[in-house]
Amino acid sequence: MNNITYLEAIREAQAHALREDPRVFIYGQDVGSFGGAFKATKNLAKEYPGRVFDAPISEDAMIGLAVGAAIEGLRPVIEMQFADFSTVGFNQIVNQAATLFWRTQVSCPITVRLPFGGTSGSGPFHSQCLEAIYAHYPGLVVLTPATVEDAYAMLLAAVALDDPVIFCEHKLLYYHLKAESLPREALPIGKARIAREGRDLTVVTYSAMVHEALAAAEELATEGWQIEVVDLRSIKPLDTDTVMASVARTGRLLCVGEAWPWGGVTAEIIARVASEGYGLLDAPPQRLNAKDTPVPYHPNLWAAHRPTARSVAAAARNILRH
Amino acid sequence: MLQTVSVPGPVGPAGALGETTIVAYRFMLRARLLDEKFAALYRAGKIHGGVFLGRGQEALSAAIGVSLQKTDVFAPLIRDAAGRLAFGEPMLDAVRTYFGSALGPMRGRDGNVHRGRPQAGLLPMISHLGAMVSVVNGILFARRFKGISGTVGAACLGEGATSTGSFHEALNQAAVEKLPLVLIVANNQYSYSTPNSRQFACANLTDKAVGYGATAHSVDGTDLAACLTTLGAAVAAARAGNGPQLVVANLLRLCGHGEHDDAGYILPELKHSPLGRDCLKLAEEYLLQQKLADAAQLAVWRSEALREIEDIVAQVQREPVPDPFAEEWSAIASQHLNETNKA
Repeated sequence: MNNITYLEAIREAQAHALREDPRVFIYGQDVGSFGGAFKATKNLAKEYPGRVFDAPISEDAMIGLAVGAAIEGLRPVIEMQFADFSTVGFNQIVNQAATLFWRTQVSCPITVRLPFGGTSGSGPFHSQCLEAIYAHYPGLVVLTPATVEDAYAMLLAAVALDDPVIFCEHKLLYYHLKAESLPREALPIGKARIAREGRDLTVVTYSAMVHEALAAAEELATEGWQIEVVDLRSIKPLDTDTVMASVARTGRLLCVGEAWPWGGVTAEIIARVASEGYGLLDAPPQRLNAKDTPVPYHPNLWAAHRPTARSVAAAARNILRH
Repeated sequence: MLQTVSVPGPVGPAGALGETTIVAYRFMLRARLLDEKFAALYRAGKIHGGVFLGRGQEALSAAIGVSLQKTDVFAPLIRDAAGRLAFGEPMLDAVRTYFGSALGPMRGRDGNVHRGRPQAGLLPMISHLGAMVSVVNGILFARRFKGISGTVGAACLGEGATSTGSFHEALNQAAVEKLPLVLIVANNQYSYSTPNSRQFACANLTDKAVGYGATAHSVDGTDLAACLTTLGAAVAAARAGNGPQLVVANLLRLCGHGEHDDAGYILPELKHSPLGRDCLKLAEEYLLQQKLADAAQLAVWRSEALREIEDIVAQVQREPVPDPFAEEWSAIASQHLNETNKA
């Protein structure tokens, strides 16, 4: 069938959460009768009257309201129109939501949906990958689903979790990624997935880059290399065990992230493997990230700014030659 | 969990006003003496971090606290010891938090004025000004969502916080949602050391209410009776469904920003202006003039408050401090997702 998209899975997860849990409501810009900028809440306002609310363009106050509602026992789902705009609500996320439980023992079950990542022509302010900066703060759970199944299951898990969740849904996957049906079961939050098995090199990545890594693995297979691809699924908590076990099998590590390189997820993984699994490595661990500039507008520049199957394969070859 | 004091509200007839004035005055007095104790402990090196006093703002703060009901929501700021006591915060919570007692509501993880009990409607402020207002909005929004009516939420700010984006976003949000929010601005003339001339350019902070579709109230923050009347009216208007209310109280901070600050920047002419009058002394004069209390009664209340404070401080100084080896070191509620524990 192949007829459910990543975006529809996100909509369906929200519909399911609204149906099953009377504590859930959705709040965000244009999410009401309009159905959201990407239509991730299409028809939900009609199907669940009094549960889906348009917000003013006030990201700070949107998160603040969610924290207050969570204190009252509700389960708000906040849609940031673009992940980039969450920086306006950054203070409320990292200082209010993320510290509440630790300070007061009152949990803060809010889900902040961040449509994130680059798409052609989106430019510096509609393309950002912010998972690392949120993962930096204690008190947040940061999720990055790479598949239709995970988009659905992990969003449901996020809403059920008693902590603030930064749910990074990749815009590039919204329409192109399809599945036959929604999953009935899923790996728990915090567990990585082996997206492809291999014995020569481990690529650790997440979100849209999983698909670039899988394409690179396919290309390298024609050259006789067997590449293992680990889909982290969850940035925080980070499943170091699965990464380490994979590196133990392959002895080689390439970390790929669409985010900027400085102090990011790929750096964290390499730090962990280098310090805890140094003896497992047959070659220096490497990483491949976007370039350290804002995300460019023109497709020629954008395609070179982010890692692609081609650049992932090239980086892998360098390690394999070692 | 929180103690409450039953008061008539909104304040109306003279008899009820007199009774409420006495109640509010006693919260002012207890807050002033508690603050002075904290300042003494700070000077003696017994308190870690800063100490922030409400000197000069007790009338306003107490009036807020006594105007609220037990089921309301209160987000106090750094100079609201009186309002906290009036809303029902046990004095023990204040002392334990300043000392970082393991038995306090913040368990040594946060200190001084950063304390509260969210599920009892008392929100623990973060330091980022204006940030608590939308959290109050969220509680009011959630109560309405759950079909609970009649709740009022009060949030306290200084005039400096009216310059923040959070203030703007939250007041607009409250107006759009027609939430029963009472936003109280203590215009104490200085944000830390910055005078009002460098903080805002409107003629009066109440002008800001118009732009948001909120109702404005202005009051002499040194006058307890006026504060009680104004706050009573603002809270009643919010409770009646008239949307957000912005209360601007004009007064002067009679101390530094914190006890580390000698406040040498406060202009002498302001200190000697009507704004610089001590609201506690004015309240005492009012009680005497109105024959609501005599000098002997005032002295009894003072000695009772001092004894209460000494007893609580002595108790807390004997209490356990946080143990770093027993600390969970976990910032999330979902323990199974805690990387620290797994390692």
